[in-house]
Amino acid sequence: MQAHQRTLDPMSNGQHSGDSPLLRTIGLTKRYGGFLANDSIDVDIWPREIHALLGENGAGKSTLVKAIYGLIQPSAGEIRWQGQRIVLSGPSEARSLGIGMVFQHFSLFDNLTVAENVALGLDGKESFKDMSARLEQVSKTYGLPLDPHREVWQLSVGERQRIEIVRALMQDPKFLILDEPTAVLTPQEADQLFIVLERLKAEGRAILYISHKLEEVKRLCDTATILRGGRKVETCNPRLETAASLARMMVGGEIKEVKAASRRKTTVPRLVVDDLSLAPAEAHGVRLEHISFELKGGEIFGIAGVAGNGQDELFAALSGERLSKDPGTVLIEGIAAGHLSITQRRKLGAAFVPEERLGHGTAPRMKLSENALLTGHAASGMVHHGFIHTAATLKAVDRATEAFDVRKAKRDPEAASLSGGNLQKFIVGREILRAPAVLVVSQPTWGVDAGAAAVIRQALLDLATAGAAVLVTSQDLDELAEIADRIAVMFHGRLSAPLATSGATREKLGLLMGGSSLEPKEAAHAVGA
Amino acid sequence: MVEAIILAVLAASTPLLIAATGELVTERSGVLNLGVEGMMIVGAVCGFAGAWLTGSIFIGALFGIVAGTLMSLIFALMALGLAVNQVATGLALTILGIGLSGLIGAGFVGERITPAMHLHIPVLTDVPLIGRMLFGEDGFVYFSVALIVGVWWFLYRTRAGLILRACGDNHVSAHALGYPVLRIRTFAVMFGGACAGLAGAYLPLAYTPFFIPGMTAGRGWIALALVVFSSWRPGRLVVGAYLFGAVTILQLHAQGWGVGIPSQFMSALPYLATVIVLVLLSRARSGGSTAPAALGTVFVPDR
Repeated sequence: MQAHQRTLDPMSNGQHSGDSPLLRTIGLTKRYGGFLANDSIDVDIWPREIHALLGENGAGKSTLVKAIYGLIQPSAGEIRWQGQRIVLSGPSEARSLGIGMVFQHFSLFDNLTVAENVALGLDGKESFKDMSARLEQVSKTYGLPLDPHREVWQLSVGERQRIEIVRALMQDPKFLILDEPTAVLTPQEADQLFIVLERLKAEGRAILYISHKLEEVKRLCDTATILRGGRKVETCNPRLETAASLARMMVGGEIKEVKAASRRKTTVPRLVVDDLSLAPAEAHGVRLEHISFELKGGEIFGIAGVAGNGQDELFAALSGERLSKDPGTVLIEGIAAGHLSITQRRKLGAAFVPEERLGHGTAPRMKLSENALLTGHAASGMVHHGFIHTAATLKAVDRATEAFDVRKAKRDPEAASLSGGNLQKFIVGREILRAPAVLVVSQPTWGVDAGAAAVIRQALLDLATAGAAVLVTSQDLDELAEIADRIAVMFHGRLSAPLATSGATREKLGLLMGGSSLEPKEAAHAVGA
Repeated sequence: MVEAIILAVLAASTPLLIAATGELVTERSGVLNLGVEGMMIVGAVCGFAGAWLTGSIFIGALFGIVAGTLMSLIFALMALGLAVNQVATGLALTILGIGLSGLIGAGFVGERITPAMHLHIPVLTDVPLIGRMLFGEDGFVYFSVALIVGVWWFLYRTRAGLILRACGDNHVSAHALGYPVLRIRTFAVMFGGACAGLAGAYLPLAYTPFFIPGMTAGRGWIALALVVFSSWRPGRLVVGAYLFGAVTILQLHAQGWGVGIPSQFMSALPYLATVIVLVLLSRARSGGSTAPAALGTVFVPDR
């Protein structure tokens, strides 16, 4: 990787020897009612450049690229393409200019084949047969193998992303936008993607790379534009910055370091899963196969893995949303609980925080106090003889608000009105304040701003310090490395042998996430470590 | 005897096939229009009115098609334009249709028209057993077969069909790729309405040469069930429609033969058959999902 350095203002140093930017936005503004999603943003994108767009959730990254891709109309400001002002009527016009996009939430159709999915992203001027032939050729050229006849639901997340990329490449774009492409990839898959991106850059294309993984940006990108609260904060060369300085610009302040206190493990396990197998409940679900682990008090156990490998199913089996035929497959505080309902498991001292905040963790249109009651009534005095004790529910809200710094407009708003980070703090706080013996939490900081993420991770560590057993499922390996004592990987419904965090390198975890098994000797060694 | 039964089965199956074909296209685009019964009954009364006023079965059929399409536009305006709940809108459409047909049809009850002509090709039509089946039907029967073949070809062999299926599978993705989801769905709903209107018009124009209130008698609901039964595939839809028609006719004959089973039970047989087949199908289902993934969900594009 050549680290070509240049100063921050490309116009003045002649690095681009007479060319103009491929694309510029001048004062681009997008207003939703009274809310400014983008506030007068100027960005220049040059050919042969990988340009990072950095920012927290809600900073306006998606809004900006949607405007560039023609999905939304800017309220003010303009977009210039090769020096000409353009007004895009829609994505197909953007595509015909040479702007391609790979979406974060893939814009794929599960029940259609790969070839049909690709065809839908093109203008349809060539026959389906010619298109299929070209698809095979492009996927071969860039080393992105795809079987055009398979239906998307059968494919892994990495393969799905390949479809998106190939689809974009088939239009021979001059400019490619990638929205958090590595969020769902294993480290090895991400490395392969970087090779493709370097090659696209060498071919003279420009790439806009949205991410919040700072190390990745430093490694890959030539320029970084940082957004915060809808405004541009800075354009800089990420290779000259540190991850900490980039994070400061994104957040606008320092982020608290998460500190782990020394912990003492209990001798008796508080959560035991013993040979748990479960058939999937949904058409495209994953079958859980022979999952076993033990979790002692004072311990944080991390489960890594690419999304859709059975994590949701495991959460459902642990929380009691799905019941197991054999009660002995799940033991909470030594009591067989596989056949018990959610409420009964809560009464045993377990608490659960699902991945989806709205609709699963909370009822979006209900007030926080009502949401507190819905999970808390099993174990605290919020209900008397069937009547709601309103004061007690409000007190529960106040306690969570205070302990976890939940920012909200009024004392008891609807769940849906909170930002992702604040709602997550409320949900985690609600469960932790019940002082559970066992906490099962899925993707605790997914889509949460860095400040809130630090608060939540610290809370999980503190809970373990207080003696609880904590099970964390996460796709963020850095997060698991930061808080977990042991990490296991889920793949196709199976759970790998756990690795001690100190011995769980990205490479090892990446191999497990991709379905390879470690050398038997090595795995045994890591468990012993 | 056998020939008579087969001819009766074809006649009973045709309106189901036409209406279900339209609904199949609508649902494949991701819209659940439960108003088929309402669109059919309005199609029936308008079709009869058209034929009675002009004396032409063809113009009657056109009246039915236009009426069904207009009804479906009400649905499209509510469910797509205003993003109202599709189930509620569809049910309301059926209630509206039944009321409207009674109002329009009040003056036509008791009137008669000359029913649709049956094809007659000398020699061929006179071939025993299959002659009248293949070469002696009314135009609607041939049209219904052409319609379902055309729909199959459209869905699986054309780009427009692919886009329509894509809208039904994931409207967010379709929108992100720049397809006008709501416009495509509106056309699909209108096609469904046109088919339902024609299916309704078939009843007074070819099945019985007069109009009586409520003459669709739940055929719209059966068409809806057939779409599920077919797991949204045109080939299975044909099988389902003729199977259902056959059970309907056979139970009539069984009653005539004096089989010692209460007639109420026999009349319920087609519906029972539908339920049983649906249960069997859902048990046998595995792997790829069958229903369009976005079916019945509201889509509001953000601009």
